Amino acid sequence: MNILETGIFILSWISILAGSAFLIVGAAGIIRFPDFWSRLHAAAVVDSAGTGLLLFGMMLQAGFTFVTVKLILIGIFLLITGPTATHAVANAAFVSGSRPLGDKSGRPVVPADVIDVPETIHLPEERS
Amino acid sequence: MFEVGILSLFITMVLLLVRLINGPTLYDRVLAVNTFGTCTVLFIGVSGFLFKRPEFLDIALLYALINFVGTLAILKFFRYRALGDKPNIKPNTNISANNNESREEPLS
Repeated sequence: MNILETGIFILSWISILAGSAFLIVGAAGIIRFPDFWSRLHAAAVVDSAGTGLLLFGMMLQAGFTFVTVKLILIGIFLLITGPTATHAVANAAFVSGSRPLGDKSGRPVVPADVIDVPETIHLPEERS
Repeated sequence: MFEVGILSLFITMVLLLVRLINGPTLYDRVLAVNTFGTCTVLFIGVSGFLFKRPEFLDIALLYALINFVGTLAILKFFRYRALGDKPNIKPNTNISANNNESREEPLS
């Protein structure tokens, strides 16, 4: 089935090229954005689109072997933990007091009644 | 075709190192390290395809796990100033909207 093989080959080329493009665009965004909260978006592009397309291209090249199963496992794990880690970083930055830049109008970016930080943090038991 | 992937991953990693060195706040650096780890996973995977050794994918899966746990450990340390044995928590009750001066921990 020569046309099927050629089609899969072309599709894997396109996928790897698109994944590489998203990786470089995401890295350029991480460097060029003016604020931490914008760079968070660019890093999420690298984590989801770059890895997804690159792994998909590799899966098409590998065919129906055990290598594809391992790539699917890597893809599932990166897809679950990538956004989780990004959210953890954003939460830590927010709780420590960092706020977005906003425009230069002087209005607060996050209204004061939206912020809720728990006043009690439950400590784990102290071991003597 | 995999040479294109390796080259773009290399460029991405170098640009992430620039953000790691510059990054004015702490969380910029944590973000750069986490994304660098994800690019390392892909790098190991693609070089497994280049050298025609499918055993590299096991290493890539393992490093994906380690990277995630490491990022959460760094964030936990900088929030609680301990890694679980004797925490020293002061809740940050000085939160006010739209200023960056109410931070309690050093960010650079």
